[in-house]
Amino acid sequence: MKFIDEYRDPAAARQYAQALVNIVTKPWTLMEVCGGQTHAIVKFGIDELLPPQITLVHGPGCPVCVTPLELIEKAIRIASLPKVIFCSFGDMIRVPGNSRDLLSVKAAGGDVRIVYSPLDCLKIARDNPEREIVFFAVGFETTAPANAMAVFQARSQGLKNFSLLVSHVLVPPAIEAILSSPSNRVQGFLAAGHVCAVMGYEEYEPIARQYRVPIVVTGFEPLDILQGVTMCVEQLEQGRAEVENQYARCVRKEGNAAARDLIKEVFRVVPRKWRGVGEIAQSGLGLRQEYAGFDAEMRFALSDFAVAESPECISGQILQGIQKPQECPAFGILCSPEHPLGATMVSSEGACAAYYRYRRV
Amino acid sequence: MDHENKNNTLSFACPIPISQYPNVLLAHGGGGRLTHELIEKMFIPAFNNPFLEARHDGAVLSVGSQKLAFTTDSYVVHPLFFPGGNIGTLAVYGTVNDLAMCGARPLVLSAGLILEEGLPMETLWRVTQAMQRAALDAHTRLATGDTKVVDRGKGDGIFINTSGIGIVEHDLLIAPASVKQDDVVILSGDVGRHGMAIMAVREGLEFETKIESDCAPLADIVLAMLDAGIEIHCLRDLTRGGLASALIEIAEAAKIRIGIEETEVPLLEEVRGACEILGFDPFYVANEGRFVCFVPPREAPRALAIMRSHPLGAQAAIIGTVAGDKKGMVTLKTRIGATRIVDAISGEQLPRIC
Repeated sequence: MKFIDEYRDPAAARQYAQALVNIVTKPWTLMEVCGGQTHAIVKFGIDELLPPQITLVHGPGCPVCVTPLELIEKAIRIASLPKVIFCSFGDMIRVPGNSRDLLSVKAAGGDVRIVYSPLDCLKIARDNPEREIVFFAVGFETTAPANAMAVFQARSQGLKNFSLLVSHVLVPPAIEAILSSPSNRVQGFLAAGHVCAVMGYEEYEPIARQYRVPIVVTGFEPLDILQGVTMCVEQLEQGRAEVENQYARCVRKEGNAAARDLIKEVFRVVPRKWRGVGEIAQSGLGLRQEYAGFDAEMRFALSDFAVAESPECISGQILQGIQKPQECPAFGILCSPEHPLGATMVSSEGACAAYYRYRRV
Repeated sequence: MDHENKNNTLSFACPIPISQYPNVLLAHGGGGRLTHELIEKMFIPAFNNPFLEARHDGAVLSVGSQKLAFTTDSYVVHPLFFPGGNIGTLAVYGTVNDLAMCGARPLVLSAGLILEEGLPMETLWRVTQAMQRAALDAHTRLATGDTKVVDRGKGDGIFINTSGIGIVEHDLLIAPASVKQDDVVILSGDVGRHGMAIMAVREGLEFETKIESDCAPLADIVLAMLDAGIEIHCLRDLTRGGLASALIEIAEAAKIRIGIEETEVPLLEEVRGACEILGFDPFYVANEGRFVCFVPPREAPRALAIMRSHPLGAQAAIIGTVAGDKKGMVTLKTRIGATRIVDAISGEQLPRIC
């Protein structure tokens, strides 16, 4: 298949692996930021092709994994209301809150629907004027433009029965949080190609300078990742710390101006809590005052409530690259995709689920 | 209160053997791990008998000197009509295929129809005609049936259950237990068509070429191999959970490791493309006219030739072999040459966020 097979070519993959062997002289630890990259690495076995000096650790870029438990619990409560049609991307509906997930809400009679685009919710809202349509707006900068567009259109169409439960997070503050942690061991980053396709990569340049760390904007196919690793290792070996763009076929330095404008129109930067990590300043998006009427948290006036994370779960350390999934004592024993203790085991992009699926022996 | 129910092996005091979910989820019917759990923890222990212990698509029973295969399946597909077939064709072919996977020649089928009040009579007639044509194609007959109607809103147009009886005319034990080290795994054709055809209609996705369901009756192609005296060790049609789930079930039941090669599995370009867009793994996507066949290595070339000479097996391919280690798992050599395990999915595949 065109634009797929070229980037999965075994001979080219071996060439990159060999090129890496030729340039690497000491051990390096790199983090791929995005869960989609983690998934590709274990699914294709890319790390098996790398020389032993290179360690890949898995980053916080799995939107399902970092969505705080309180918000999932709020989603479950809203979805349980009889007048609500609760819409979500597919992989959020299996994430357990305190005791149950959205699938269970559906099984118990709640109207929970999987949509492919938040814009689908507007049609549902028009078709069901007597119901409240709530979309679970989860994700990084990648999904923010479409979610912003849904709110923007809802306002211009005068739709009153549509709202967003927002849990948007941003990549650069998460990278900074990892780099400023005393236990950090990451020496170079593969930045998430899709995020940069929207946002560009100018905002990574101060991070690369300040922390003396190479950042390579990287795609999601095996050759993308191998090339991203090669570019990153080259920088490390040469003592450089720059932002480079491996994913040039999709990413421009300035990103997608129209998408960025739309995000800015609808959202503002807010502090956000990251599951397993805690609150990070200026690390998320929330609706602007002008769009506050579309905020499901306000519309349904849910008071805060206590939720308890499993004490055995080390997903916070996994998400920061401090530990790898197999290093967790609960991995595969107390914790599996059927009985997840934390979100990194639930989402198909979560590092623990990826290891469980492809690596457990 | 066990003492009050001494005579009932399944008393109300028995704890429900699956406590993870208090309600049935869609995923319990998805053919993945939750379905497997339901069968292993609830149904097999509850009904406890040697036929179920075989864990095959149908039961094979001896009647006098004859061996009969008996199987049943229910069909709840939405939409009722899709490119390449409809619920009626599925209901006939699906049960015929379960019989075929026992190595049986289908004799007769039963059909139980559960209709929703308000269903257009014309729809019912189209489905009925499709069932009749499918039965002709599969050289079987619908010998008995039943009809029930439920209130509007309590069904989804039509639900169909079919059961089938077939005759077993060979002495092979076609079951996971017969799978041996070095056996060759042959796949009858490209995978994932049915699931993506349904998905495209259900979700309003459009592709340049229309993906048609692969639904087809598999008895002829299997009987052609049996008639040629091929020593078949195991057969399994690929249904809900796709190629991966079928292989995992066999590997777990036979306590062997099956090693397959990603690049050997035939895949239609359109199916691959659709899966890429939705973030699905085509190895877990549903099929209705494909099967895997386990044969000893010496039989593989002949079995492959017979399959390829049949229109439904024109793209048949050897996709892997059975390894000696008693792991009960499936491993995959990836496109770029690394090896990973192929794991059972918990429920249905869900489209990813990004």
